[in-house]
Amino acid sequence: MQLETTPRDDALVVTALMDRIDAAIAIQFKDDLRIVTNGEAPRVVLDLSHVDFLDSSGLGAVVAAMKLLAPAQKLELAGLGPNVEKVFRLTRMDSVFTIHSSVDAAFDGVAKAS
Amino acid sequence: MPQLQNLNNNSFRITFPGKPLAVRSALAQMMEQLTALDLSDHDRGNIELVLAEAMNNIVEHAYIDTPDGVVELQITPTYNGLVCHLRDEGVPMPEGKAPNGSPAPLDCNTEELPEGGFGWFLIRDLAHELNYTRISGKNLLSFRISVGAT
Repeated sequence: MQLETTPRDDALVVTALMDRIDAAIAIQFKDDLRIVTNGEAPRVVLDLSHVDFLDSSGLGAVVAAMKLLAPAQKLELAGLGPNVEKVFRLTRMDSVFTIHSSVDAAFDGVAKAS
Repeated sequence: MPQLQNLNNNSFRITFPGKPLAVRSALAQMMEQLTALDLSDHDRGNIELVLAEAMNNIVEHAYIDTPDGVVELQITPTYNGLVCHLRDEGVPMPEGKAPNGSPAPLDCNTEELPEGGFGWFLIRDLAHELNYTRISGKNLLSFRISVGAT
């Protein structure tokens, strides 16, 4: 599994270790994300800072993972590189997620709510 | 394995199996070849995204029932961008037309958010002069991606 989890405060930080989330691994990524987020943490912060490339299949996997969370859980995103940020911006999915410039920023109370 | 050629007329061409990992591999090889053009990271990002979406569509739709389909990608640099041609022998696009890629509404509850349908929206947004034709049992898709724009 290319996901690493770290509890932090009341949140679970999930670090995506792969450099691409594309059609070839989108389903695996979604399934893995569902497994690691199957807990009690009210916030899940997905760290995408290692990901250089995300296509629409990867975007769909992130959306699907959010929908599979428990109702009391919230998925937030952190550390989007320019190519990943572009996909969220162009599809206007940046209006659906809380996006932080970095994982640290997600815990500073300075969320760039977009 | 994908086969990549640098053609005499400065075009780049690659032929590869219509499977997800082959798309990834072909895309990586093509992006490596395109480093010769000294494009900005912004332009390279647009090119990689549009090509990935168009090539994934071929694998997921045109070749959905064809395990041994072949895809050909040719890229020709021009004065105002990269002209891309994709060719496959899979099933035609619905109604013989490339999808419009209309964005799905996002002002809905979380459980109703769309998980797909973004691919054609991104292609239409980032590519120009998109043209789809069906000739002799082949799908031919062409488009231009601007480079160097500020």
